[in-house]
Amino acid sequence: MSLSEFWFILIAILFIGFFVLEGFDFGVGIVSRFLGKNDLEKRAYINTIGPFWDANEVWLITAGGAMFAAFPHWYATMFSGFYIPLVLMLLALILRGVSFEFRSKVNNPKWRNTWDWALFIGSFLPPILWGVVLANFMTGMPIDQNKEMVGGFIQFLHPFALLGGVMFLLLCIVHGLQFITIRTEGTLQDRARNVGVKLAPFTILLLLVFILIGLYTTDIFTYHGSLWVIVPFLALIALFAANVLNIKKYDGWAFALTSATIVLLTASIFIGMFPRVMISSMNEAYHLTVYNASSGDYTLKIMSYFSLTLLPFVLGYQAWSYYIFRKRIKKKDQLEY
Amino acid sequence: MDVLDLARLQFASTTIFHYIYVPISIGLALIIAILQTLYVVKNDEMYKRATKFWGTLFLINFAVGVVTGILQEFQFGMNWSTYSRFVGDVFGPSLAIEGLLAFFMESTFIGIWVFGWNRLSKKVHLLSIWLVSLGTILSSFWILSANAFMQSPVGYEFADGRAQMTSFTEILTNPHLWVQFPHVLFSAFLTGAFLVAGISAWKIYRKHDVEVFKQSFRVAIIIGTVSVLFTMVFGHQQMQHLYETQPMKLAAAEGLWQNSQDPAPFTVAAVIDTENQANSFEIQIPYLLSFLTFNEFSGSLQGLLELQEQYVETYGPGNYIPPVKTVFWSFRIMVASGMITLLLALYGWYASRKDKLESKPLFLKLMTVGIGLPFLGNTFGWIMTEMGRQPWVVFGIMQTEDAVSPTVTFNEVLFSFISFTTLYAILAGVSVYLFVNHIRKEKHVEQVDQVTEDPFEEEGTAVVS
Ligand code: HDD
Ligand code: HEM
Ligand code: HEM
Repeated sequence: MSLSEFWFILIAILFIGFFVLEGFDFGVGIVSRFLGKNDLEKRAYINTIGPFWDANEVWLITAGGAMFAAFPHWYATMFSGFYIPLVLMLLALILRGVSFEFRSKVNNPKWRNTWDWALFIGSFLPPILWGVVLANFMTGMPIDQNKEMVGGFIQFLHPFALLGGVMFLLLCIVHGLQFITIRTEGTLQDRARNVGVKLAPFTILLLLVFILIGLYTTDIFTYHGSLWVIVPFLALIALFAANVLNIKKYDGWAFALTSATIVLLTASIFIGMFPRVMISSMNEAYHLTVYNASSGDYTLKIMSYFSLTLLPFVLGYQAWSYYIFRKRIKKKDQLEY
Repeated sequence: MDVLDLARLQFASTTIFHYIYVPISIGLALIIAILQTLYVVKNDEMYKRATKFWGTLFLINFAVGVVTGILQEFQFGMNWSTYSRFVGDVFGPSLAIEGLLAFFMESTFIGIWVFGWNRLSKKVHLLSIWLVSLGTILSSFWILSANAFMQSPVGYEFADGRAQMTSFTEILTNPHLWVQFPHVLFSAFLTGAFLVAGISAWKIYRKHDVEVFKQSFRVAIIIGTVSVLFTMVFGHQQMQHLYETQPMKLAAAEGLWQNSQDPAPFTVAAVIDTENQANSFEIQIPYLLSFLTFNEFSGSLQGLLELQEQYVETYGPGNYIPPVKTVFWSFRIMVASGMITLLLALYGWYASRKDKLESKPLFLKLMTVGIGLPFLGNTFGWIMTEMGRQPWVVFGIMQTEDAVSPTVTFNEVLFSFISFTTLYAILAGVSVYLFVNHIRKEKHVEQVDQVTEDPFEEEGTAVVS
């Protein structure tokens, strides 16, 4: 394995980590304002992700930094190409990030309501936009011989991409509801479980359609051989099993399986892209690949030393923080927000 | 106005905005860690009250610092894609390591700190705020290692039309970094210290919880005094470093069109005429510039016009003179903010030691106004650094006008500029409002509010801090 291939895997892992972790944050952020019947309950729901959301977002920041360092062309093409979706996503992430902190600071229903809306919008937009981006990763984008993406914003919004957006949104909501079931108890928990049960069939259906269209219109799921098509279907099975386990109240297992769904689905896309990092719909020769988009070997080597040394610590203390806050949240608890 | 101007305007405004919150985060994290250490060591509830009071401000500020930072991380790719392709190899690793080493640490341990008050032992909880503080410091080191490369590129070679890294050691031992990092770090400590001292002064003046705020004032003023001295020492070293690496910036900062006399006088103020490339009026202190630059009372500096000729010879035709007026006045505002800060800090230390603060209402008011001084220093310091480097984005290698994204359209940048500045204006308003709101409260004991909106749930209390 060459260094640039290794870095492709590492960046894929960072993105997948981001989708899994921030995925349930988005879900919780979306549902909290509807599931919570009063301020106290909303607070309890938001508190399930209180200690974690910021660190989860850093997965994205680090993925961005790692792309910049290891594949400058990928970073440059993708972020200048997806300009408007990215602006919207950043606006959403900004709104969302401050609303956690701001909502609790003034004890006034209007104020809280405003920031609850901000939290909702800020959590609602990014999964849709990521779904759109992932679908476009699969179909390819008009990238020219100068590695530049041309043609503007509207072209990203083809039907398959919109399907991807809605599918990913629902997936994050279901995943978030499942996270709530392992972090709360009593009525708070039951409510999340019931909504999850209702949403699951739609999500499974959309995921199925997404995989089938992806299979027939793109080469992503079969690029390395038709056997690989198993991966996205495993994601589908995991989601189905998660729903069954959710109904039977095996919350921990159900959450593990919604996580697995997101891992398998996004992994299947990254696997299918490899060794391309951005597929050109104009000409095969214009694909950005791990070979023509990467930094020099020296940079990759230095970065490998750093990341292999640091990553275990990061994973260690993040796991520790989940361990510290493993206790379920009850309404009677002291809430920090 | 074209895409380039707009992209520059957006970069400048969003970065300056980010850097209003950044130094508060760095400075407050340190001060809170110290106050909490005093609480754990002395087991005195007063320090805990202080920790919590400043902690609330810190969190409001930190939230804005974090969200504005996310944009920074992606802005290079969005608006400056040619730049990103060209230097990603050298510039990217600093950002990646910053994420891995610093941002993960800050964000994880801030969560542990906020939610861990009752769940962790006192010592482990204390450790978490120290790790947050360490995280902010590491973060500034890594981002500055990237910026230092732009100011004074080292450790790279050209290959395949891109700058490629040849020595990471050189990047980390970049002499520019080692004058810039301490200057920035201490100015950030100073910013946090003056915020704490200024608010404490107001609290003492209003007689709210005076004991707590006298303690906070004392801790802050000690840190502030030490920091402003170090800021000045390293600022001075930066000047001397500029003489070696970016004489053009130095000449602009001094409004020096012609080569200076020997010994060179320091120009306190001048009316700069960019059109005729001369100053029509100057107030000068003899010898001082020679002394500042060379540590002795002799030596002459090159002026802008001669440097321009030299640069044309080296880099080809073009205008290499940065916006002189802006650089000149930015430098003076920064230095003035340092001088006034130093005077306030020294007197404050003295008054605090003699326990005379309460009898000095005028000084207390001055300290409150003085909160703004370090912000002036920070903002104008960056403006001087970045504008003084123009027309280069990476000094000597790439010009700003060549750095911008080729496919991004004017309307796209306009859309992002307007939406980000609007949102930032709202964030500024809200964060100031929340700050003032929190500071104004007379009592800072934890309040317990009863929530009984839910008919199915009898009990339900929550503690808001
Ligand atoms: C001297 C220090 C310094 C400077 C020059 C910058 N930053 Fe910053 N940044 C910090 C010091 C800092 C910090 C102290 O670490 C922050 C501020 C508040 C905070 O939460 O962390 C932060 C937050 C922050 C975050 C959010 C981290 C998180 O989610 O926890 C990102 C992505 C960036 N920054 C990126 C940048 C980029 C790309 C910059 C260059 C243009 C930049 N910062 C300038
Ligand atoms: C946080 C403190 C900083 C502030 C307040 C700041 C301020 C500025 C300003 C005012 C400009 C505009 C100059 C002009 O257009 O004439 C600029 C440009 C730029 N700065 Fe900084 N800067 C900061 C830190 C950094 C850092 C740490 C980096 C890199 C890691 C950086 C990279 C750039 C780039 C790429 C430009 C190009 C755009 C341009 O020249 O307009 N800046 N910055
Ligand atoms: C009298 C004292 C000071 C001197 C002589 C001084 C000197 C300098 C110089 C020469 C630079 C430009 C470095 C470059 O372009 O490479 C600079 C930048 C800067 N200064 Fe100062 N400074 C002083 C006080 C302050 C104060 C009080 C603050 C803030 C509280 C401050 C904050 C900054 C910042 C944020 C920068 C930009 C980052 C950098 O390039 O270091 N400075 N200073």
